[in-house]
Amino acid sequence: MAMSEEVKKREPLFSAKNRKLLTTPLGKNNPITVQVLGVCSALAVTVKLEPAFVMAISVMAVLAIGNVVISMMRNLIPNRIRIIVQLVVIASLVILVDQVLKAFAYDVSKQLSVFVGLIITNCIIMGRFEAFAMANKPWPSFLDGLGNAAGYGIILIIVAFFRELLGSGTLWGYPVLEKLGIYNMGYENNGLMILPPMALITVGVIIWVQRFKNRELIED
Amino acid sequence: MQDLINIFVRSIFIDNMIFAYFLGMCSYLAVSKTVKTSVGLGVAVIFVLGITVPVDYLLDKFLLSPGALEWLSPELATVDLSFLSFIIFIAVIASMVQLVEMVVEKFSPALYNSLGIFLPLIAVNCAILGGSLFMQEREYQTIGEAVSFGLGSGVGWFLAIVAIAAIREKIRYSNVPPALKGLGITFILTGLMGIAFMSFMGIKI
Repeated sequence: MAMSEEVKKREPLFSAKNRKLLTTPLGKNNPITVQVLGVCSALAVTVKLEPAFVMAISVMAVLAIGNVVISMMRNLIPNRIRIIVQLVVIASLVILVDQVLKAFAYDVSKQLSVFVGLIITNCIIMGRFEAFAMANKPWPSFLDGLGNAAGYGIILIIVAFFRELLGSGTLWGYPVLEKLGIYNMGYENNGLMILPPMALITVGVIIWVQRFKNRELIED
Repeated sequence: MQDLINIFVRSIFIDNMIFAYFLGMCSYLAVSKTVKTSVGLGVAVIFVLGITVPVDYLLDKFLLSPGALEWLSPELATVDLSFLSFIIFIAVIASMVQLVEMVVEKFSPALYNSLGIFLPLIAVNCAILGGSLFMQEREYQTIGEAVSFGLGSGVGWFLAIVAIAAIREKIRYSNVPPALKGLGITFILTGLMGIAFMSFMGIKI
């Protein structure tokens, strides 16, 4: 009963429920470390901060706009062909993102290579379409998209931060460690951090820290 | 011939889909709890990659890449449809997966029953689309190269998921720190396996 009354009342744009849509994916319900979605295209772009940031923004654009589009069409899509409809929406948005990147950030788009295209099969996007946008109104769907993409982006940026700092001694291309004079004390870059396996181990450690702090997430 | 074997071995060990490019991680993490199911999924991936990569290769060569339409008429030599490749590739993959599912169901019900639920899942497996996109980016010259790249990547993926499933079956009896159990330790194990696979680097036949 209480639920139906709540729905009837016009919700303010940033009601507590809507704010929660934005914030839970950042921590307790993070798409990468808790829902295990979208790991595929995430890790390969985290050698440096810049491509990781661009990737996070691209996913955010695709997920937020896609969520709104699917949510507006949710009563028109026949249930049996919904996967194809969703794939078409995602693929068209990704083509747009890819063309924009090629036009305005060509270097980064070369670094991301096939991984822009792989946003199409990024499970976060299909997962959110299925789990949220197909059953909710456009505005909450938009917030849900933003929140989940931000949760995804945060992990990307944390991983890229450590890998760039420890692996090449720079942050966003700026030689931090050199300016601080750490090399004079005998420090050397850890080349292993640039190689693919360390991305996996870094994510493993992030999951470890998160679950250590938040005991209810621990699996049996 | 040597080229083909070289591409095959390279895509299994050095450019391994999981350890070098993290493609198909979602199903890799979700389905690797027992060896039996992961063998099923692995075989399905080899199957689908071996079919979609050559098909996408032909589409890319005769339809999408710059000047590819020249075989229709010389006026079309300037047409560049490569911006359409994402949507065409994903459509090919989705329909191929359907087709493979129907063919397998008709001719080998036993295989269908063991692959059953995994086949539809494969349409959104990043390794499949990744295979086609890498094929396009690396500009393989002949259809033979595309086939051997597709099959090789599939076999590499198969090896990776079966190996991690075997380790996860054993690790149930070990004393893993509680916060690291399940997902965390799987990530770290995959990283360690990736380091081991890096020792294949530089192999050339």
